[in-house]
Amino acid sequence: MSQPQPRFDLTKIRADFPILSQTINRHPLVYLDNAASTQKPKPVIDAIRKVYEEDYSNVHRGVHTLSQRCTDLFESAREKVQTFLNAKHGHEIIFVRGTTEAINLVAQTYGRKNVGPGDEILITAMEHHSNIVPWQMLCEAAGAVLKVAPISGTGELLLDGFAALLSERTRLVSVTHMSNALGTINPVEQIIAMAHARGIPVLLDGAQSAPHMTVDVQALDCDFYAFSGHKLYGPSGIGVLYGKESLLKAMPAWQGGGDMIRRVTFEKTEYNELPYKFEAGTPNIADTIALGAAIDYVNAIGVDAIAEHEHHLLAYATERALQIPELTLIGTAPHKGAILSFTLDHIHPHDIGTLLDQLGIAIRAGHHCAMPVMDFFEVPATARASFGLYNTCEEVDVLMDGIRQVIKMFG
Amino acid sequence: MLDQIRDLYQEVVFDHNRNPRNFRVMEDANRKIEGFNPLCGDRITLYAKVIDGLIEDVSFQGSGCAISTASASLMTEIVKGQTEQEAEQLFELFHRITTGKNGDEVNLEALGKLAVLAGVRAYPARVKCATLAWHSLQSALKNDGETVSTE
Ligand SMILES: Cc1ncc(COP(=O)(O)O)c(C=O)c1O
Repeated sequence: MSQPQPRFDLTKIRADFPILSQTINRHPLVYLDNAASTQKPKPVIDAIRKVYEEDYSNVHRGVHTLSQRCTDLFESAREKVQTFLNAKHGHEIIFVRGTTEAINLVAQTYGRKNVGPGDEILITAMEHHSNIVPWQMLCEAAGAVLKVAPISGTGELLLDGFAALLSERTRLVSVTHMSNALGTINPVEQIIAMAHARGIPVLLDGAQSAPHMTVDVQALDCDFYAFSGHKLYGPSGIGVLYGKESLLKAMPAWQGGGDMIRRVTFEKTEYNELPYKFEAGTPNIADTIALGAAIDYVNAIGVDAIAEHEHHLLAYATERALQIPELTLIGTAPHKGAILSFTLDHIHPHDIGTLLDQLGIAIRAGHHCAMPVMDFFEVPATARASFGLYNTCEEVDVLMDGIRQVIKMFG
Repeated sequence: MLDQIRDLYQEVVFDHNRNPRNFRVMEDANRKIEGFNPLCGDRITLYAKVIDGLIEDVSFQGSGCAISTASASLMTEIVKGQTEQEAEQLFELFHRITTGKNGDEVNLEALGKLAVLAGVRAYPARVKCATLAWHSLQSALKNDGETVSTE
């Protein structure tokens, strides 16, 4: 297969990521664990340093110059996220720790208010634990029922099965936009249309989709969208919950504290307006600003160009993987993001992971926080190579050569 | 290329992984325990027949990585015929050696056949694979009959 060149200068891009130019176990690092977390380019690292060296102060509080400057930087990161997701309003962007916290926020505010005994939450069989457990906790507290839409042997959502589980008791649909264990990209347009036809709001877990495809929350018409900065070449500890204004306004506050209030007396507290109502306490200031820098970085390359490059990598890796008879791909949906989950005959993924690491290759081995997916495919774990914007076809070759060495070693 | 890691993935390990010893259900076991490593999803069912403090028979079933399978297999070979106390002491030693700092003094001889797994200490992420069977045995001997987890 010919290897199409990306629309950006890969050599130059790789030089932006200082961590990539090292050796691991005496081999050049081949970092293929991007679905777990991505590496950070210099502009992101520099943004963090610049905040602390030049602009740092608490935000939204002081009248002094630094406080104003830092607040401006912080709020401009919100605008960048708004544009990135094409949200209608800046105040629909809530800063949280990550996808996990975003989903918990919705479960504990929207959920607590709107979900009662006998009501239902609908998810799918390919969710990350962070889109399962918050709903189980809510259901347990509320006496509600968690419904799980089935998937096929290729790892695709069975839309008929999904439709059959939508009922007049469904209070919320929460699905992953792209599966971290399988790579499957869900037909979220259809899912949203089906749910909305019954007046049911939809939350999209965008942890995997935000870094790999253009997301337009208005065009999608999703009601909530969650993602993590650390998978988007930004810092860990910062993420986003997008919510439609009308829903966010009607939701009760979550954590109480500073910033989220307008007026406090011991008798009564008046909550602040959006988005501050959901941002209690001093936020993760520097990392939020650096998330803005990560979005600038990704935008400068172009999300579509990144998606195209990753698609080529996936196609090339899939083709090469299929030439290895001992290898089984887990997750073979036609519409997939750049995730290659696989098993090898008679070789446990943990052994694969340790052995590939000896060759400088970083992959993930395990259940990928999706134990129900492992149960469905009747495997204890899989090995997973996941690609990012800086990966190359040569790295795919190194991976495939490594896999062959592992097979040979196990005999 | 992969030769450096032969300190952990020794022939003995491959041998026990391919042909695990005492890999069977034990019908007349008087101890049985489910072991689980939540990190990698490995599961092991450990069976033992313990009479008057003596481990008369021990076997296992389950699926795991080469390290955990080999460790379980080796363990069953070694502790069969030992007293509970002897097995307990051996585990303590094994645990100390596999979780110890690299510079620590190690008495590999006392480990006997188990010494092949001592190399796991250089791979902290994999220590739990090597100790899952032992944690399970310990619970089986205590007869507390619950699922054990390496967490
Ligand atoms: C699909 C999916 N959802 C949710 C999460 C949780 O993200 P985080 O750990 O950043 O909160 C992840 C990442 O691990 C993921 O891949």
